Amino acid sequence: MLRTIVSRLLQGIVVVFCLLLITFVLVRLMPGDPFSGEKAHSAHIIEKNKERFHLDKSYPEQFSVYLGLLIQGDMGDSPVKEQPVAKIIEHSFPASLILGIAGITIAILIGIPAGILSALKKNSYIDYGTMIIAMAGISIPSFVIAPLLAGHIATRVPFLKVAGWGDPFDWILPALTLGLGTAAYLARITRGGMLEVLNQDYIRTAHAKGVHPAIVVTKHAIRGGIIPAVAYIGPAFAALITGSFIIETIFQVPGMGQHFVNATKDRDYFLLQGVVILFGSLIVFANLAADIVLVMLNPRIRA
Amino acid sequence: MSNQTQSQDLSKGQSLWSDAWARLKKNKMAMASLVVLFVIGVLCFILPAFSIIADPNNQNLNNTFLDPNKNNWLGTDQSGRDLLARLLYGGQISLLVGIIATTVSVIIGLIYGSIAGYAGGKTDSLMMRIVDILYGLPFLVLVILFSLLISEHAKELTDQLVSLWPGQEVFIKKFINLVPLFIAIGALGWLTMARVARAQVLSLKKQEFVEAAVSLGLSHRQILMRHIMPNMLGPIIVYATLTVPGFVLTEATLSFLGLGVESPNSSWGILLSEGANYMETHPRLLIIPSITFSLTLLALNFLGDGLRDALDPKAAKD
Repeated sequence: MLRTIVSRLLQGIVVVFCLLLITFVLVRLMPGDPFSGEKAHSAHIIEKNKERFHLDKSYPEQFSVYLGLLIQGDMGDSPVKEQPVAKIIEHSFPASLILGIAGITIAILIGIPAGILSALKKNSYIDYGTMIIAMAGISIPSFVIAPLLAGHIATRVPFLKVAGWGDPFDWILPALTLGLGTAAYLARITRGGMLEVLNQDYIRTAHAKGVHPAIVVTKHAIRGGIIPAVAYIGPAFAALITGSFIIETIFQVPGMGQHFVNATKDRDYFLLQGVVILFGSLIVFANLAADIVLVMLNPRIRA
Repeated sequence: MSNQTQSQDLSKGQSLWSDAWARLKKNKMAMASLVVLFVIGVLCFILPAFSIIADPNNQNLNNTFLDPNKNNWLGTDQSGRDLLARLLYGGQISLLVGIIATTVSVIIGLIYGSIAGYAGGKTDSLMMRIVDILYGLPFLVLVILFSLLISEHAKELTDQLVSLWPGQEVFIKKFINLVPLFIAIGALGWLTMARVARAQVLSLKKQEFVEAAVSLGLSHRQILMRHIMPNMLGPIIVYATLTVPGFVLTEATLSFLGLGVESPNSSWGILLSEGANYMETHPRLLIIPSITFSLTLLALNFLGDGLRDALDPKAAKD
């Protein structure tokens, strides 16, 4: 088990490194550079700036300088914002993290019970209704739901604001928007997993022995049935944190998403690289954590 | 099914496709989706060819924010453009992105996955390890970087094409703008398809008819193309159908962020992001594109689900 974790971690480092390399090359191949933005500088200043950020050197040289800094824990400075990248991330990551945690919590609280209920009442109107709503949840993108929620709920409920990120009440609408799509996927996956388990012999045996139906479900069926859903939660959590920039834009959440989009537009090489390293690591670790939890839930995978 | 038809069917033998069609026809949601998609397709691709639909780029600042009327069935937007025309032309682009990007991703994924599965052994594990690594990359990040990169080269291509066909400037420019998006989405979206294709090849290549083909001395290419590929079509079609809505959504997301299709070109993503600005004063501009867009995605997803149940009953679980 420990060996698997270590080897997966090493593999993860390779993945993040590859991602960094791809990003590094792609952003530099893009037209323009961090100093060709709106602020027009004299050629001399641009020259000086390029020298300061080592942008006058060849790609391999730039990359080795960057890696050298990175190993010391320094992500470099953002040439556009003129701040250390680490500081920008430090300021914006908490909001994204809170949003992600709140979103996944909402998704789990709605999705898993809905999926279990749907599986238990298979082919009933409850089942059809839940699955149609789930399909709608998957199909309707967050940037359609978000303005509707903001326009219709935030204006009517006194303590909710249309946009902003002050007190915890402000977390509700963005988190709800973020979590609904994932809730829909979770409901479908949970339903599938439950249906498969409910057909198994040991469930029939438990029923035949006269175990109370509620106990069959809670003690026997759910444990096996939610395994596929649990496997999905890890990657979904990473996807929520890394993919929330639309919702951050709409609800004006001061998270990482804006930096990611702006860094791409402004050719802010170092900020983009920093964000990409963070996002890549998050995805790798979330996948790893999901796999570990899976092994704990289902010892048969250990082999 | 009555006894008579059953014996008829038995004597004729039922192909996979007629079987699947029979199963699909029983699925009400999938059939309704098929109708919805057909209608949306006709509206977006055929109706604009007739002159009853206005020019989507015709701005008229005297007619901004008109309510639906005789000339503008869905009203006009903030620049006085006809919303219906913008919706239909935008639909063309959104659907084209979905279809073309899916085609690109199916071709790449199919070739990659079948080679990996057919070769097996070390080649297979190396190729699939690469897929695993690519899976770890944030999709949208790369699509944005990649499409910006290609679009720079697309500009040179535009100039060349315009000099080749001088009369077609407008058409070429409109199309070239979209190519980077098609390629970027398709070139990065083939990973799931590669996994599906590989799994299919792995299970097929152990079957007797492939062994028979091998013992007859057919070349690898013949075995793959003639014997394995046709048997993979079912699952491939299913996953392709389920991929289209994902890619349509990707396009809309990028356009919404201002990184995809660019205004004044219209796409559903652009209409949604413009509409969101006027949500409080003119909710119609947000709600009409929202409904069209969501309905299309819903129909595509339901159809994909139905096709999976029909063509690949074993996989119909989640």
